[in-house]
Amino acid sequence: MSDLLADFLGDWNALLVLVIAGFLPNEVWRMLGLWLGGGVDEGSELLVWVRAVATAILAGVIAQILVSPPGALASVPDWLRYTAVAAGFAIFAVTRRSTLLGVVGGEFVMLAGKWWLG
Amino acid sequence: MRGTTHTVRLPLALPALDSPSWQNPVRVFAWGMRSVTSTVLTLVLFATYLGIGALAHDTHFSLGWVLASTTLVWAGPAQIILISTLGSGATVVQAAIAVTVSAIRLFPMVVSVLPMLRTRETKRRQLVLAAHFIAVTLWVECVRLLPQVPRERRIVFTHGLGTGLLCVCLTATTLGYGLAASLPQTFAAAILLLTPLAFLLSTARNCRQFADVLALVLGLALYPLASQLHTGVDILISGVSAGTIAYGVHWWREGE
Repeated sequence: MSDLLADFLGDWNALLVLVIAGFLPNEVWRMLGLWLGGGVDEGSELLVWVRAVATAILAGVIAQILVSPPGALASVPDWLRYTAVAAGFAIFAVTRRSTLLGVVGGEFVMLAGKWWLG
Repeated sequence: MRGTTHTVRLPLALPALDSPSWQNPVRVFAWGMRSVTSTVLTLVLFATYLGIGALAHDTHFSLGWVLASTTLVWAGPAQIILISTLGSGATVVQAAIAVTVSAIRLFPMVVSVLPMLRTRETKRRQLVLAAHFIAVTLWVECVRLLPQVPRERRIVFTHGLGTGLLCVCLTATTLGYGLAASLPQTFAAAILLLTPLAFLLSTARNCRQFADVLALVLGLALYPLASQLHTGVDILISGVSAGTIAYGVHWWREGE
């Protein structure tokens, strides 16, 4: 039983790393939003800037996953990843902003390209 | 797929705002949980977490570790960044910086959702769990659903919604972890592509002002340049510059 539990949890160092490198650096922004957010007016100029920076950072995260892909995504050639995302966006744009159709279309282009490459 | 599209498009039937059935908090919590079935984002989230489970398996993390990361971190991109940076041999400090930079976007989300949840009597500590649940999906769903919920019941409803999404994601993480060994590479690549696709499109959808659109475009364009600097905080550099330029253009247009 204790072996099963040890297998499930892995070593304690890894869990400590999770808290220090994953949980705390992520959660701090939510808690800051909770502590400081009370005084920020929804329509204020500061919030326009914060939102623009947040959007640009998210765009950077998206670009990072595409430019240096993790795991199995690295098996897809660069041009195919970019084409698939561009196709997904084009479908999204012509379907009156349907996230579902854009995502399905982009995935389809990626899979079709992979199949075509063999 | 067609069947699912139909069910996810069903409008969620919530009682009228003045209905006495809102009095029972357990029921409100259950309605919150059930409303995860009313959005296509739940499917995207499910697939994203299949990918995160599979990625964690391939980078030799334990199942308990990745389930704990889903519960504690509760942000898809941050988890992918954490797993891939640690997996590629980065130090704890480098991983923490990469994660915290990706998480800055949570700040304005929390700031914009909280005024919808709070009443004059609400204490800050009552909002801690709701703030923890806030990520892209919950933010989008709160904006869509909360106007249909009486103000004094919104925190309970959000707790239900968050718990429902967490259950979906924990199930998907476990499935992805278990399937990883037998998952064909193409399928694994397809689920990893979901995160950038879904994030790009849902962010584009949420752009309210010209500044947001410009920030998105510039942020995509500047990252490849900033990544040439190899500073370890490339996303922060490209994000702050792109966001500030976008804000500058917005300010200049307002002044015209």
